[in-house]
Amino acid sequence: MSTLDTTLHADAHEHHGPAKGMGRWLFTTNHKDIGSMYLWFSLLMFFVGGCMALMIRAELFQPGLQLIEPGFFNQMTTMHGLIMVFGAVMPAFVGLANWMVPMMIGAPDMALPRMNNWSFWILPFAFAMLISTLFMEGGAPNFGWTFYAPLSTTYAPPSVTYFIFAIHMMGISSIMGAINIIATILNMRAPGMTMMKLPLFCWTWLITAFLLIAVMPVLAGVVTMMLMDIHFGTSFFDAGGGGDPVLFQHVFWFFGHPEVYIMILPAFGIISQIIPTFARKRLFGYASMVYATASIAVLSFLVWAHHMFTVGIPLAGELFFMYATMLIAVPTGVKVFNWVATMFRGSMTFETPMLFALAFVVLFTIGGFSGLMLAIAPVDFQYHDTYFVVAHFHYVLVPGAIFSIMAGVYYWLPKWTGHMLDERMGKLHFWLSFIGVNITFFPMHFIGLAGMPRRIPDYALQFADFNMVASIGAFLFGLSQLIFLWNVIACVRGGRKAEARAWEGAEGLEWEIPSPAPYHTFATPPQLPESLR
Amino acid sequence: MSSSSYYVPEQSRWPILASVALFLLAYGAGTLLNALSAEQGGGLGLVLLLAGALMMGLILVGWFGNVIHESRGGLYSAQMDRSFRWGMSWFIFSEVMFFAAFFGALFYVRVLAVPWLGGEGDKGVSQMLWPDFVAQWPLMITPDAERFPGPAAVISPWHIPLLNTCLLVTSSFTLTLAHKALLRDARMQVRRWLFVTIVLGVVFIGFQAYEYAEAYHELGLTLQAGVYGATFFILTGFHGLHVTLGTLMLMIILGRIVVGHFDSRQHFGFEAVAWYWHFVDVVWIGLFLFVYVL
Repeated sequence: MSTLDTTLHADAHEHHGPAKGMGRWLFTTNHKDIGSMYLWFSLLMFFVGGCMALMIRAELFQPGLQLIEPGFFNQMTTMHGLIMVFGAVMPAFVGLANWMVPMMIGAPDMALPRMNNWSFWILPFAFAMLISTLFMEGGAPNFGWTFYAPLSTTYAPPSVTYFIFAIHMMGISSIMGAINIIATILNMRAPGMTMMKLPLFCWTWLITAFLLIAVMPVLAGVVTMMLMDIHFGTSFFDAGGGGDPVLFQHVFWFFGHPEVYIMILPAFGIISQIIPTFARKRLFGYASMVYATASIAVLSFLVWAHHMFTVGIPLAGELFFMYATMLIAVPTGVKVFNWVATMFRGSMTFETPMLFALAFVVLFTIGGFSGLMLAIAPVDFQYHDTYFVVAHFHYVLVPGAIFSIMAGVYYWLPKWTGHMLDERMGKLHFWLSFIGVNITFFPMHFIGLAGMPRRIPDYALQFADFNMVASIGAFLFGLSQLIFLWNVIACVRGGRKAEARAWEGAEGLEWEIPSPAPYHTFATPPQLPESLR
Repeated sequence: MSSSSYYVPEQSRWPILASVALFLLAYGAGTLLNALSAEQGGGLGLVLLLAGALMMGLILVGWFGNVIHESRGGLYSAQMDRSFRWGMSWFIFSEVMFFAAFFGALFYVRVLAVPWLGGEGDKGVSQMLWPDFVAQWPLMITPDAERFPGPAAVISPWHIPLLNTCLLVTSSFTLTLAHKALLRDARMQVRRWLFVTIVLGVVFIGFQAYEYAEAYHELGLTLQAGVYGATFFILTGFHGLHVTLGTLMLMIILGRIVVGHFDSRQHFGFEAVAWYWHFVDVVWIGLFLFVYVL
């Protein structure tokens, strides 16, 4: 500890605090400022996308059309998906990476700090443009977040052009963010921190960043082909000119499948930091965690057509993509077993971050299993485009990705703010979210298996009861997130003073520096603590 | 362990300005395209687009100027240099994946979509839409020839494309000669070989423009000529844009050499542009093979 303190104060020039006023946020090059901006932005988008989800659930509360027009319903499903994927989950993970990666590896900042600021500031502009489409003639994009051609080309509202450029901007932001994280992790580790001593959150982010750089350009490619089809008369996705609408789906899902791992691998990293802390044991099977993450990343490039089983791909293709998809269960299983083995005979306590992490392990596994069901091509013919799919991906994204983000926020808030969370409020938030999420999404499995199609504002009477239950759950879950907002603000403003090592069992460089973390940390590389040597 | 501390720049105005510029570019382009498609004048969109482009140009000059200034001020350590190297390598990888999307589209269309339209395989049911359609590549007659009139002929690979291949491959060699000269601090030779590389790049772009004009005016090979035209122009078009950008970057590097920047030890700016140029060269080899020859 003392060695760290002296290195921290070695260079007074590096130690001025933040600038005053708005300029601090607009012009900053500080990874902590940028991390905070990412996190606040993603929270804002989470509430915007959440309101859209509640509008969807309100309309589906009863059969028949009551509140919103079908056209607007389609805009809501589309915008909800886009905002949650690109505006809430991805920026939240980047925000966590910005805050934590430099502190975990003992770096003074991100490798390319100005570019880091640019990566963030593109996002508010991109989303302003995307959300402004709601007010345009013809309405916002209404073709679902997967924007299949020709719905998104021949039959799209004019606002699709702005949607395309918004996607381009988000892609540029993601690619620059990912480059920064890779350069930071590969180049700025403290002396002695070899790759196999890297905290798992950094490992999972390193691999995620690779996925981002590999597939965001493919997304850019596919929206560019859409733009050409719409405005320049090409026929990439038009069979009349020799193209193929299915080509759109291939290119989109070549991006889309790695994208879903982009939204879950950092979650694995967060959970792998939290569970050892509250089980007071080292992570079981560190190396196997690393290899499992890497295998999931490699496999993610080979499974895209499992989203397209019903589109009419040849039998050999169906079989290949079915078996390749099922293979992913192996490394994912390795991870789940490792988390369980970490807890086995640990001396466990159940603070709020740990509760979210445990809920993650259980509920993400449910989402994984429904994914395995969907992976089986012959039965997918039944499930395709039903609420079963909606239930599946919400289980991996809400109690998966979102719960991990909340777990991470609660876990690291003491380090960011210097204050401990009010545990009672944290637990209240957890239990309401946990119950709400299950009431919302579990019934969707049943109505999906019974054949209710997704993205439809009305439904047959036999689906009425479960839809009503789901809607009640959705409002419970949505409103409980106000407690999350309350908790974060309360923690920023005050609370019991946090120690440097805010949690008893926490290990790692980030817990060796004071709480709250000083504006500049590790101006010169630190000595690794005993536990990391 | 590196003793010198890593350089973390002070606050900077460039990122937020660049975000505004990018927004203007994107919003302007969207407005312009929508206006053109609705057959209204593109006034506002064009103004925003040009304003964004101008602003972005100025920002790039200012931002890179900043970095050059810091670099020449000796603020950058060897570790910083490695950050730049990782950054540039992964940026080029992202570009590779961008082109991969279009190459993937080309292969899919050639190997699967067009034969299926012609009635081959399990998916031969598409035959019901256009029973007279015969699969061929290059696709001279499209299924719906009224909406997408096929080309009368396609570009022969053995004239301009072959010449262009020679030009680009040669330019990669001349650029390497420039690099070798820089490593010997033979600055006059650096200038000479860089100049030759730029000339080769410019001639390449000129030939591409000539080829496009020929395609449009004589061969009927247009963006609207069905999927052959679509894949042809998107691949060669984006490649051409990259060559143009690469040539501009080479010109800037030449300018920097002339005013005395870079020496045999420190010249990552030069190397980054050289990597980019070689990447563009390799993409062309792929294009020559899969778009023109095969």
